[in-house]
This record gives sequence, C-alpha cells and structure tokens, in this order.
Amino acid sequence: MAQAARPGQLELAPPGLGQRLATAVKVFFRLLAHSKAGFLGFLGVLFFVVLALAGPIIVPDAGRPDMTKIYQPPSLEHPLGTDYEGRDVLKQMLRGGRAIIVVAVLAATLSTLISIAFGALAAYAGGWLDSLIMMLTDVVLTIPQFPLLVVLSAFVKLDRPWLLATLIALLSWPTLLRAVRAQVLSLKEREYVEAARALDLGTTRILFGEILPNMASYIVMSFTIGMTAAIYAQVALYFLGLAPLAGENWGIMLNLAWVRGAIFYKDSLMYILAPVLAISLLQLAMVTMSRSLEDVFNPRLRES
Amino acid sequence: MTEPLIALDHVSMVFKARRGGVKAVDDVSLSLEAGEVLCLVGESGSGKTTTGKIVAGLLKPTSGSVRFRGQDIWQMDKARFKAYRRAVQIVHQDPYASLNPIHTVFTILATPLQRHGMVRGRAEAVRRVLELLETVDLTPPESFLFKYPHQLSGGQRQRVSIARALTVNPELIVADEATSMVDVSIRVSLLNTLQRLRDELGVGFLFITHDLAIAKYFAWHGRVAVMYLGRVVEFSPTPALINDPQHPYTRALLAAIPEPDPDLTRRKGKLQLRSLDIPSLLHIPPGCSFHPRCPLFEAGLCDVQRPDLVPIDEKRLVACHVVARERTGTIAKHAASPVGISSDPVIGADLGEYGKESS
Repeated sequence: MAQAARPGQLELAPPGLGQRLATAVKVFFRLLAHSKAGFLGFLGVLFFVVLALAGPIIVPDAGRPDMTKIYQPPSLEHPLGTDYEGRDVLKQMLRGGRAIIVVAVLAATLSTLISIAFGALAAYAGGWLDSLIMMLTDVVLTIPQFPLLVVLSAFVKLDRPWLLATLIALLSWPTLLRAVRAQVLSLKEREYVEAARALDLGTTRILFGEILPNMASYIVMSFTIGMTAAIYAQVALYFLGLAPLAGENWGIMLNLAWVRGAIFYKDSLMYILAPVLAISLLQLAMVTMSRSLEDVFNPRLRES
Repeated sequence: MTEPLIALDHVSMVFKARRGGVKAVDDVSLSLEAGEVLCLVGESGSGKTTTGKIVAGLLKPTSGSVRFRGQDIWQMDKARFKAYRRAVQIVHQDPYASLNPIHTVFTILATPLQRHGMVRGRAEAVRRVLELLETVDLTPPESFLFKYPHQLSGGQRQRVSIARALTVNPELIVADEATSMVDVSIRVSLLNTLQRLRDELGVGFLFITHDLAIAKYFAWHGRVAVMYLGRVVEFSPTPALINDPQHPYTRALLAAIPEPDPDLTRRKGKLQLRSLDIPSLLHIPPGCSFHPRCPLFEAGLCDVQRPDLVPIDEKRLVACHVVARERTGTIAKHAASPVGISSDPVIGADLGEYGKESS
C-alpha cells in the first residue's frame, strides 16, 4: 500500500490561509446576496460601522453653542436644524454613533464570551460545576435587568464606555449561556464527538474544533441580538439621564431634546426624530443581517 | 497463558431512569484475542451498542471490569489509558452523523495524525491521508481530499469513518452496525474492505449487527455472541452457531432470516415463539429473560431460576436450562424443525462449503 509520489500530488497541499480567507470572503458575499433583505441589512450595518469610525473624523467638533440660533428648522446651512443651544444637529448625529456602537460591541462581545466559556464548561464538565453555574444563571436571569441597571448606575459612575459595557454585559449573559449549554449538551453526544474522544483529540480540540464551530451561526446571531439589546439598554439609560450626559451620542441627544423641551417646537421635529430614526435603522439593519447569517454558516450552501 | 486483547469480566451497565434503572448490559463476560473477529448479534435494545461503547472505553460500566492486555482500563494511569484509547477505535452506524459537517475529509483525517505526532508537516500529512483513503478504497484519493461530508455518499462517508479510525493504527475496531445504514449494493463492498483490513493490517473487530447474514459473511472464522435483553445467551464459533444453533432465541433469529427462494422459505421450519413482543428493559422477566417467548419454556424452572452461560462442548456456551440439560445429560435433538440454512447469495459459497462439511 506504500504509494509512490504521483504526478500532481505536490499541488495537493491544502490552500494557504490567505487563499482560504479570500474564498471565505467571496463565499460570504455570495451567500449574503442570496437574501435581498439580509444583504440590505448587511449594507446598513456596514454604513453605521463606517459612520461610527469616520464620523468623528469628518466632523472634528460639533460647533459652539450660539443662543441666537436655537431650535432652528432644517435649512441648507443646518439640514436637520439646530438644538437647544444652537448647535448643528447633523454634526451631532454624525459624531454620536461611535459611542453607542462601541459600547454595544463591547457589551455583546463580553456577554458572548461569558456565555460561551461558562455555558460550554457547564455542559462539558457536568456534575456540581454544572449545577453551580446554572444556579447562578437562574439567579441573574430572575433579576429584573433594567431596574437593576438603573439602581447600579446610581452607584457606579458610568463615564467610561467599557464600564457601561461591562455593566450591561454582566446582566445580559444568562439567556445565551443557557442556549450555549443546551447546544453543547446536544452536540457532545454526536457520533463525531464520540469518535474524536476515541481518537484522543483532547478536550480543547473537541470543544473548539468540533463542537463550537457547529454553533458559529447561532453565536453570531446571538451576538447581533446582544448588540441590539445593549443599544436599547444604554439609550434608555441616557434617555432617563442615569448615565453621565457628557459628549455627544444619540442617547444623550434624545435626552436633551426631551428634557430641554424640543418636543414643543414644530420646527424641531427633525431634531428629535433624527436620533430615534438612526437608532431604529441600526437595529433593523442588524436584525435583518442576522437572519441571513444562517445561510453563510451552513456548509451545505457553501458550494455553488 | 497470554492475556486476551480485551476482556470484559462480569460487566453490567445500569442507566438511571425515573424509577430504578435500566439494565442495558447485565453481567456480560467476553474476551477478544488480537486480530480476532467477534460478532455481537441481537435485536434493538439488547445492549449490543452499549457493550461496544464499554469495550471502546467510551462508557464506564457500573460494575465489572474491562481489561486491556490484562490491565483494568479504569484503573490505568493516564498514559496507558491514552494508549488503550488509541488501540480501540469505533466506527458508528450512521454515516450522516459520524462526520463533522464543517470539516473537509483532509481535516478529519489529518487532525488525529497531527495531534499524535504521526506525521510531520503538511506534505507528509497529505501523503498519509491519501494513503489512508486508498486503504479504504476511496479512489482516486485526490478527488476526496478537500470534499465536505455532505458531498459524499453514505458509503463513501462510511469509508472516511473507517479511514479516520485507522489513522491511529488501532488493534481493534468496534464496528457498531457499520454497514446497516448503507445501501445493500454498497454493503458487500464495504464488508470486503473491512475484511481486507483484518487480513492485511491484522485489525481485530468487534462487529455489532442485528443481521445474522452479515455476521455469517464477515465473522465466519470468528465467533458470535448472541445478546438478548442485555445478556449473552449464546457464545459460539460462527459456523457452529449458524448451522447448529442451540439457544431457542438464536434459533428464532435464524428462522427469521428471509430466504430468497420461496420454496425454501415454505419448507423452512418456523419456530413458534410464544410471544412476539420484546419485554421492556424496565421490566425484565424474572428467571430466564426469554421465558415469556420461549418455545422450550418449562414452568417452575425457567421463570424462577436465571440460567448461567454454561459450556455445552469445548467451544460453545449457552444460557438455557433446557438445552444445557439435554446437551450435558441425555443428548437429544430437542426440536424436530431443522432451521433452514440460508442460501443468501452473499454467503452462498461459504455456506455451501460448510454445508458439505457438516452433512
């Protein structure tokens, strides 16, 4: 059965990392394009991410307060009008996405990491560790999260994005953890996992090489949903004035528009609607994108 | 006396259930020599698969010991246990569930090779994987290298499964119904591949099947253990078991094999079971667990006393009061109905020869 090198065998080396990445990206776009809504969602998310990154660079500052120009209606000079202290609303809109999205990404990353690490650990270890983790999870799950967030924000000065993100993440992991645990419990009974155990591939490899990749779509979808939840949570905190109103972001804009009485001016309709619309569109884009992500992760659809 | 490769010693496996437990495997003792083929035959729920998993060290029995070359595997130190792990591999029944859908054939086969330092570098991994694919008759091997499992047929997947088991040079493969989910046309060639592995690589097999015809074909030179409700009821060399079954359950199983020839089927003695229902594992009948269905049932004996697996000649073990008494006391043919010998085309040649010998 010893085999001589056959012609062409040397070219059979597995594709390199760069090549694989390139194919992956190509396939990703082709599959996203499968579903028109999903692709639109993807474009929307892309737009907001670019906005978050580039906005504060394009608009280095939101201008100085000018009491002669307060609550102006949309005009060529100020396409979305001006705010309660006479600053341009559009400029604030362009600058205000970054903080929101950064906190959302941080919070979703953190809560996803917590869920995967401890969910997989609970399912894989079993026994008392599983019981302990699940008990903790149930405790956190039963706490009404937003009221707790409100109470906590009274004690913790949420003036750092990562602090706000951590707080949101610490309250939002239980649902995903339970789902991850359930999936790992089911996947670890699969025959290919049993075969991997017989082959002595090691727990790390089995978990990260055999089990978790099969949950990738679920995890990415949970990540986007986690982001939407984090956006709502922080906007609500800002709107209620429970997080420090420093700098510009859509949540703070909404709060000020409300508190300073913009809702009583007909001319300020765009001022108050702009952050609401931006937040809603971002959420919509993420939810639609997450729906078509399932196609991307299904190996059956990978081949054309 | 040399130690057998694997020995199960009074192994029982009880799964927890709502009330009490389910005894999936009940006091089973088996041993397997290196390179031997042992068939486990039985209906669903008879504990075959559980026994297979216990042999592969994937399940820890609730009582009894599993010894690998004389050493209890559950008392071994880590290094030895790992060596045992690799020496015994498993091939599953369902080719659609036994390969991870996200990996290519290359990844599936190269991972264990690389993990255990059996190849160095990519080029060597590719060469070894191609060799393995050729060993399991997936030709040309190049065309399978970067395929995903869903691009392969059931038979091809099963071959990849076998190749994966071969990556670590096992001494024993537990083939758990490895051929029962592929098409009949593929089955024979798959069996031939396995047989070649046994002959050329000296791999032993614990072959789990519900199909006696396959046991006949694959394990003709080996032994068969017939299981019923978690217990071994007959343990004997394959030719003897097929041509002269002793336990009434074995005879019933053989009688149930359909014959392609309708005349033969009509002539074939039907074994009348007293009941067609398999008792629930939650309520295993007292005494001999087969007694509610057994045609040889004797009240006051079979439903009270549990028969042990006793030798009836130098090579065969049977767990039946009636048969044991007849064989060891007055040896009499207890059933007038000779069980028809299968003329299954697959095994016709083999059986033909055997038939001549025995007649």
